[in-house]
Amino acid sequence: MTATDFTERDERYQIRVRNLHKSFGKHHVLRGIDLDIERHKINIIIGGSGQGKSVLCKHLMGLLKPDEGHIFVDGLDIVPLNEVEMNGVRRKFGMLFQQAALFDSMTVEENVSFPLREHTNLPRNKIQEMVAEKLAILGLHNAEKKMSSELSGGMAKRVGLARAIVLEPEILIYDEPTTGLDPIATKNVDNMIAETAQHLGVTSIVISHDMASTFRIADRIFMLQGGRIVANGTPEEILDTTNEDLRVFVETSGTVKFHGQPSMGGAV
Amino acid sequence: MDKPSVPASVEAKKTERPTKRSTKRPARWVTRVDDLWHQVFGPLFKGFETFGQILVLTGQAFYWLFRRPFRWREYLVALDFIGVGSLSIIVLVGLFTGAAFSLQVTDTFRTFGMESYIGAMVTLALVRELAPVLTALMVTARAGSAMATELGSMRITEQIDALRTMAVSPVQYLVTPRIVASIIMMPLLTMVFSFAGMVGAYLVAVILLEVDHGLFISETEWMVDTYDIKIGLIKAAIFGWVLSSVGCHQGISAAGGAKGVGLATTRAVVYSSVAVLMLDYFVGDILLIIYESPS
Repeated sequence: MTATDFTERDERYQIRVRNLHKSFGKHHVLRGIDLDIERHKINIIIGGSGQGKSVLCKHLMGLLKPDEGHIFVDGLDIVPLNEVEMNGVRRKFGMLFQQAALFDSMTVEENVSFPLREHTNLPRNKIQEMVAEKLAILGLHNAEKKMSSELSGGMAKRVGLARAIVLEPEILIYDEPTTGLDPIATKNVDNMIAETAQHLGVTSIVISHDMASTFRIADRIFMLQGGRIVANGTPEEILDTTNEDLRVFVETSGTVKFHGQPSMGGAV
Repeated sequence: MDKPSVPASVEAKKTERPTKRSTKRPARWVTRVDDLWHQVFGPLFKGFETFGQILVLTGQAFYWLFRRPFRWREYLVALDFIGVGSLSIIVLVGLFTGAAFSLQVTDTFRTFGMESYIGAMVTLALVRELAPVLTALMVTARAGSAMATELGSMRITEQIDALRTMAVSPVQYLVTPRIVASIIMMPLLTMVFSFAGMVGAYLVAVILLEVDHGLFISETEWMVDTYDIKIGLIKAAIFGWVLSSVGCHQGISAAGGAKGVGLATTRAVVYSSVAVLMLDYFVGDILLIIYESPS
């Protein structure tokens, strides 16, 4: 498959990854990832800890450079871009980090308004208005003046998401959004992802190993194992799978039941 | 909902192909020699690598200095933290350094009847050596360590990655203001240190040990040239670059949780202090050659 096939903007797929390799020292983490992220859908990447999910996501935004392979965002290969050129592409993205990664020296308002202050020339009152609006959408009222270090885990994630969506990106990446949250907060975060996708029409990419969340909100599920995408499909197709690794992974969580009997002889 | 082009099971089969990389192992003696080589020269290479990374970081910092946007506020905050924040400690240390120095030399100089040179001697030592070096060590302990800790904890809590995702260069936003502020503030602090040291020396020598006021001042004026002060200030600016680039580099490349941040801070202080003391000799030598003492 040549790289030139993907240099056109594709209406169905927004991001296309081909043969992505990445090593850290002797540790070969990504071993040829092929991935197609659907536009305006919630795409969830599942897989065990240390399988390279976060590493893959960092590649999608150009935070890491692959050793080999291509990443096309709306037909543009971002791998050869330098940091300055990359900043143009990054304006399409918003990212919610695992621990929210709020700037702890700033208040909630300063955090959320940061992208606006950096990238727009809007007057101060307009910025305040936009920040209040985004915080209200996410159910955070009167939290503007709080320091980000005072927030609980769930609230910090909401503020992190507010900061990620304030410039209205086309693509949102969530790095394990429900890790470390109680079941109620987890459900709230799930709703938040689903509603954000619906309201803003963004392409969502969620990294998760929370099966309950995954099957609640996913339009499409990818399983990453051993540095490759070993399975992909809609939630229904995943439940029909005969791939042993996938069955074990999903079944162990105890949250969903497979259709049909598990096979005994390994994959396929 | 769209049907995928390939069902899950077929996709699974397709992606299971061997990696391109060769898995053939080298001969045993080759690995042995390789290990030995790394054990002997590893630390040396690591040192060169760190040095190179610091130079690259400095290069990036100056590249971003001239690009928009210019965040004046970040520069002011850094100038305030490094300069104004260190002022009281510099005055205090300067005062006592001068005082102790003059206390120790007064008796000795008296024995040889060279009382009149005390002021000149202390001032020369201060402006050329003691002020830039001790100021650099104090600023390293205060600001260099803070840079490593602050940037290090931003690194491990992914705040630096977050900056990049928002299309903001962490080097431009965090490193450039700190390096620039240190290069500007170090010479100013050195001047303050020298002045405080001279006051301390004067208090001890003239007020306490009854050296003649006129001799103290006039010999100092006669012996100390602007060239001596210039040497001290150039050194101070270089030390400002060293301590800030080392502090920022250690912080920005920290890894491994709270322990990693602690290690980065320790390294920042140790590397900067050693580099300052070593560079002091070499820079001093080079400046002496360039300016060739007029006396």
